[in-house]
Amino acid sequence: MAPDSPGGPSAVRVALVFPDLLGTYGDSGNAVILAQRLRWRGHPAEIVEINAGGVVPDSCDLYVIGGGEDQPQSLAARDLNIQRSLHRAVDRGAAVLAVCAGLQILGRTFVGPDGVEQPGLDLFDCVTVRGRGRRAVGELVVEPGAERGLPVMTGYENHGGVTILSPDAQPLGVVRSGVGNGHDAGHDAGHDAGRDGRPGYDIDQRARLVDGVVNGRVWGTYMHGPVLARNPAFADLLLGLVTGPLSPLDDGESEALRAERLDAAKGEASGRNRRWIPPPGLTRWVRSRQRVR
Amino acid sequence: MVNSLDTTAGVDRLPTRTRLAAWVGSTVGGLSRRLGRGTGSVIGGRAILAIDPSALRRLSHGRRIAVVSGTNGKTTTTSLLRAALSRRGAVVSNTLGANLPPGVTAALAAAPAGALLAALEVDEAWLGQVVTATDPEVVLLLNLSRDQLDRNNEVRRLSASWRDLIAQRQALGTAPHIVANADDPLVAWAAQAAQAAQAAQAAQAPAPETPETAGTDTVTWVGAGQRWTADAAGCPNCGGRIQFPDELGGAWACSDCHLRRPALDVWLEGEEVVFGDGARITVRLQLPGRINRANAAMAMAAATRFGVDRNEAAAAMAATSEVEGRYRTVTVGDVSARLLLAKNPAGWLETFDLLSPAPAPVVVAINARIADGKDPSWLWDVPFERLQGRLVVATGERSADLAVRLRYADVDHRRQPDLFQAIGDAGAPRVDVVANYTSFQALNRRLADGA
Repeated sequence: MAPDSPGGPSAVRVALVFPDLLGTYGDSGNAVILAQRLRWRGHPAEIVEINAGGVVPDSCDLYVIGGGEDQPQSLAARDLNIQRSLHRAVDRGAAVLAVCAGLQILGRTFVGPDGVEQPGLDLFDCVTVRGRGRRAVGELVVEPGAERGLPVMTGYENHGGVTILSPDAQPLGVVRSGVGNGHDAGHDAGHDAGRDGRPGYDIDQRARLVDGVVNGRVWGTYMHGPVLARNPAFADLLLGLVTGPLSPLDDGESEALRAERLDAAKGEASGRNRRWIPPPGLTRWVRSRQRVR
Repeated sequence: MVNSLDTTAGVDRLPTRTRLAAWVGSTVGGLSRRLGRGTGSVIGGRAILAIDPSALRRLSHGRRIAVVSGTNGKTTTTSLLRAALSRRGAVVSNTLGANLPPGVTAALAAAPAGALLAALEVDEAWLGQVVTATDPEVVLLLNLSRDQLDRNNEVRRLSASWRDLIAQRQALGTAPHIVANADDPLVAWAAQAAQAAQAAQAAQAPAPETPETAGTDTVTWVGAGQRWTADAAGCPNCGGRIQFPDELGGAWACSDCHLRRPALDVWLEGEEVVFGDGARITVRLQLPGRINRANAAMAMAAATRFGVDRNEAAAAMAATSEVEGRYRTVTVGDVSARLLLAKNPAGWLETFDLLSPAPAPVVVAINARIADGKDPSWLWDVPFERLQGRLVVATGERSADLAVRLRYADVDHRRQPDLFQAIGDAGAPRVDVVANYTSFQALNRRLADGA
């Protein structure tokens, strides 16, 4: 990517994909953060903003896709599937950060505004279905897998979808606080009939919840915030995929924000908006009593 | 439609239960106020509705009511409208910004005798409930944009709920007159339900046309402008794409369906509000900025429905110098601070115009409590890059979020969580302070306490 030209490195091109459709929760900030972190290191960077109706180029180095409402989300998925330039860019080795609705449309299928399943871009091996309970809204803390080499991550989630990874798909990390994908790390797909008999999925509170999905250089998460504002190491990981190793920056202000948000998530987790999860022993005891009757 | 004031309205003819509820509510509210727990209007209103759930309907009976809703400008527009309506008689208004049903109820319950006109501010998510209960004569729809997304998850759902409400009131034959911002597609689509329903009714039973049912009588379309268009890029009608020809919204149109900006009945030209009949009324407000002239145009269009002369309305509105502490200048230490409110990206786009020119420093206060929306990621939708070339002091409970945003915007900044110290830290004799909702309230409280 970005081969060095004789006059210095050529600009890293960060594509901001359909921010007018998928930019409801400040996720466009991710593109600003990526570009700025390069510029501060003396590396030229360019944000290529593609609004709805426009053609997404396949030549950018990084693609940033944000969260949005149901209807614009479907529009974005439709156009990206027709254009297929994002697919070509990924085949070429471009890096992608997809957040929330962006994550959902990169899966195999997701649910449109009418409740009907729609084809996604098939860049992630997952499906997103409509969650039945309350929307997942609040602080989200994710412990990335050790292989990611990232510190604990913080974001703010706001979604009604439940994302189910296929057994081979890799999550971004394990949820420490919040809901994330709303599904467990074992990728058990046995939730198709909920407790009330309606089709749909409960957010399974007992399971080891995971957030996001990673497929090569394509990264998805439910963390807004935007996620790169609160997790500068994640920003540098994505940039490093394009530029190679990067010099450190003074991230004192970001560290202060991280510390404050991680602390706030603890308070939220112990607060009233968490469902009480009975200890397994109690659950077994209740079930055994029911069998006796 | 009530065309003359019903002098029998008011507390006197209310059922005993409602009177009791109003008395308890005012006692509870007064107690809360004396205990320093706020203005008392919310808890008082809750008490009233607990005792008499139909209190809002009963208290509204016999009054001529205008309801103001939208994401931004509710309080200012309501205040301007109250000033204009005052030319016709005493006006009740929920001036304390308590704009959910309890706050509206408390305001009506506390109305002085003979205050038969009402200008009520209503939260955009509660418009249906309040309109159904109060049966207003006029509803002003200002704008819809992203705000408190953790609560109102999707802006277009609000637009759809407004549209359903308007269609339903038309079907019931209790439709209010709508004064709508034609420049906001999410508002226009909702308000067009009135005309669509009426056209359908007319097609079914062609009746002799009276002034009451003429097409122009259902909606007054005001070109109030809408700089922030990001939430209306997708057509609310068909999901297609809305094209905006200029920065203020302008004559937008959907590229896929018939939805387009309706023909304007009222619009702004500089300091003049221009009416379709050719009248040009100069509005010289003490409140700053284009956005307040737009709010005044909306209020003026509504006031004329109540028989207020347009020039008199303009004169009355010109006397308004501050709205719940906003736009006023206060002294903190030896700094003269002008207080402005901006609580979402759409509001900020208008606020940049109001700021003193660079290099005058700006203090920006950000909280993220329930009333603000608990997710301040909207800070990234605000082009803070426009504050380059001046010092910005980040303050409030979420100053850490703001500081990171300003860093990436290459804006010279420092962080000082304490509001008053932040004003001092700006290091200038005069500063603009821009606060979001609860940080503004906190500032007002501290100013009142003199702390």
